[in-house]
Amino acid sequence: MYTGHEEKKKVDKNKYLLMKTDIIIAGVGGQGILSIAACIGMAALENSMHIKQSEVHGMSQRGGAVQSHLRISDREIFSDLIPLGKADLIISVEPMESLRYLPWIAKDGWVVSNTTPVKNIKDYPDTEEIIKSIKLLENHVIVDADKIAREIGSPIYSNMVVLGAAARFINLKHENIESGIRAIFARKGSEITARNLEAFNAGWQLSANIK
Amino acid sequence: MLLGDEAVAQAALDAGISGIYAYPGTPSTEIMEYVQRSRKAADENVFCQWSANEKTAMEAALGMSYTGKRSMVCMKHVGLNVAADAFMNSAITGINGGFIVTVADDPSMHSSQNEQDSRFYGKFAMIPILEPSNQQEIYDMVFYGFELSERYKVPVMMRFTTRLAHSRSAVKRGGSLKQKKLALPSDPKQFILLPAIARQRYKNLLSLQASLEKESENSRFNKLFDGPDKSTGFIACGLAYNYLREVVSENSLDNPILKITHYPLPLAMIKKISSECDRLIILEDGYPLVEEMLRGYPENDKRIMGRLDGTLPRDGELNPDHVAGAAGFDVKQGPVPPPVVKNRPPSLCKGCGHIDMFNALKEIIDEYGPGRVFSDIGCYTLGALPPFNAINSCVDMGASVTMAKGAADAGLHPSICVIGDSTFTHSGMTGLLDAVNDQSSVTIIIADNVTTGMTGGQKSSAAGRIENICNGIGVKSSHIRVINPLKKYHNENVALIKEEIDYRGVSVIIARRECIQAMKKKRK
Repeated sequence: MYTGHEEKKKVDKNKYLLMKTDIIIAGVGGQGILSIAACIGMAALENSMHIKQSEVHGMSQRGGAVQSHLRISDREIFSDLIPLGKADLIISVEPMESLRYLPWIAKDGWVVSNTTPVKNIKDYPDTEEIIKSIKLLENHVIVDADKIAREIGSPIYSNMVVLGAAARFINLKHENIESGIRAIFARKGSEITARNLEAFNAGWQLSANIK
Repeated sequence: MLLGDEAVAQAALDAGISGIYAYPGTPSTEIMEYVQRSRKAADENVFCQWSANEKTAMEAALGMSYTGKRSMVCMKHVGLNVAADAFMNSAITGINGGFIVTVADDPSMHSSQNEQDSRFYGKFAMIPILEPSNQQEIYDMVFYGFELSERYKVPVMMRFTTRLAHSRSAVKRGGSLKQKKLALPSDPKQFILLPAIARQRYKNLLSLQASLEKESENSRFNKLFDGPDKSTGFIACGLAYNYLREVVSENSLDNPILKITHYPLPLAMIKKISSECDRLIILEDGYPLVEEMLRGYPENDKRIMGRLDGTLPRDGELNPDHVAGAAGFDVKQGPVPPPVVKNRPPSLCKGCGHIDMFNALKEIIDEYGPGRVFSDIGCYTLGALPPFNAINSCVDMGASVTMAKGAADAGLHPSICVIGDSTFTHSGMTGLLDAVNDQSSVTIIIADNVTTGMTGGQKSSAAGRIENICNGIGVKSSHIRVINPLKKYHNENVALIKEEIDYRGVSVIIARRECIQAMKKKRK
């Protein structure tokens, strides 16, 4: 847009580095992907960043493939959808779902995926084949989040393990996301909050050597 | 952080509504749900109960407006078809208290049977349409919409699409207005659409058109941005403007842009951009309404580009990639998913009563042959997919009953209907009355999960009274049967359905088992 206002913005752009992360969170309806989005969103909000978060509601939620486009930035965000080839990160709680949104991933973007499949369709492919395909990607992190979550107490924490493993690729500090998790789970009590934080930090450790 | 739907709800509360009416439907459901959860609504006694269908909701909201209070009615696009009679005539009666009709369209049919564009209805009714481009604008437009509605005494339509309804963003609130006092219309005949009065009211609506257009022209929500590159001008409507800004923020684009989020179309602005630019690209998240108007007929102005000439896809939801492509920028998409990625369509939940109902029905189909089951809108529409492949129709709310009747009238036997409890009270009851009056030979299975399941478990208007309703309509008590759709009752359920198929008249079989999602929620 060619207005005085926009001109000023163009100058500002050069002044400081853009701090943004465009994230696609993927999984199957009911796997807690909106909790992941809420924790990151809360952390970004506490950091006074701009946020847009697009969700799936309605029919597709019933055991179908679901995704959330989450965009955080220190600038105003326009589109609620991440453009193709612009996502910095795909966080997937299910391995096959991590590959569904590859057309959105940026050239230097990262894919962080859980290994435990949700086999609710007849023609679910061989899990090994899926893992192999993920490993072919240049930037990937694969975690057995369900196993770690079970050690912590229940597979329901697997979403936080995956978030932990992905956290290094988000333009937010570790303690910011921890604080976001605390805020989101506060109403569920200190015990559940502690388990979620534990799961998050277990995931964080897993990607320690990567970045 | 509010969803687009929640921004509507919060704004309506802050703008002093006295009541909100709706029937659940994706992507509009969360508006009412937000109001029902709101403390402010409870403290200030804002009416917020689900209606039996969109027509009753629209009429009740109009009734509230009649008393001078601000009211809102919310629905999905196809819901407006149900409410269309009341909607069209509310433009003729006009309103008393501010009245906003909020409609959430679903291009790409994420959860719908079509992708019709409600702006056509707004234009048809000749009322102002507000089409926000982001969540903040939704919030601000609700305030403005009520003022506009009261200034001209007409209903105002607020139209947006799935993407905005279901996306969250920070929204700044803007004050809190008190509810209006009860004040009857100054003209006691305003709402009586007897032909003689209706003609006057219609002339009144026609006479307002010039002023409504002037409002659009001066609206803070429509804006013409100049640019030095006049080879192409962009007209971006509603959410499309947001996508265009995304493209502008990533690339250098120095073309004139006309943002339209308030209709009727601002004619002077359109004339200006049209006369200055060599060609115009029209961006709309929905049908090519503006594009068709500008293109004209039979001139078919070749300078107008958009969905009709292939510059943008003819159908489906718009996205930033379409807009970037139309503006001439390359979209560098990531790798194509490997073939190992399979489709994962939605499916009935594990343990859902509909599964056992369909398993029983499958046995019936195997015996009597396929092509005899008419169904409806709800979770049970998933009975169309494998492994069931059990239903043969899904057209509109309530159509299962009446289509089964028509087929039975033509001699098809058995003619079976599968409809949910909430859909039955929405629009199935009147069809049942037709069937009873004509003694049509139909077997109606009401899949009663005691809730409105598909949209997330809202209160069902049937509320445990289905037997009484059917009885009251005239179905014989001996042919109102209740079954429990559980695996262990499979054989007796099949036998019972067969018995009712053999009865040449109207039978109702209520397959009742509570929705397992609703049960889980209760336990929490």
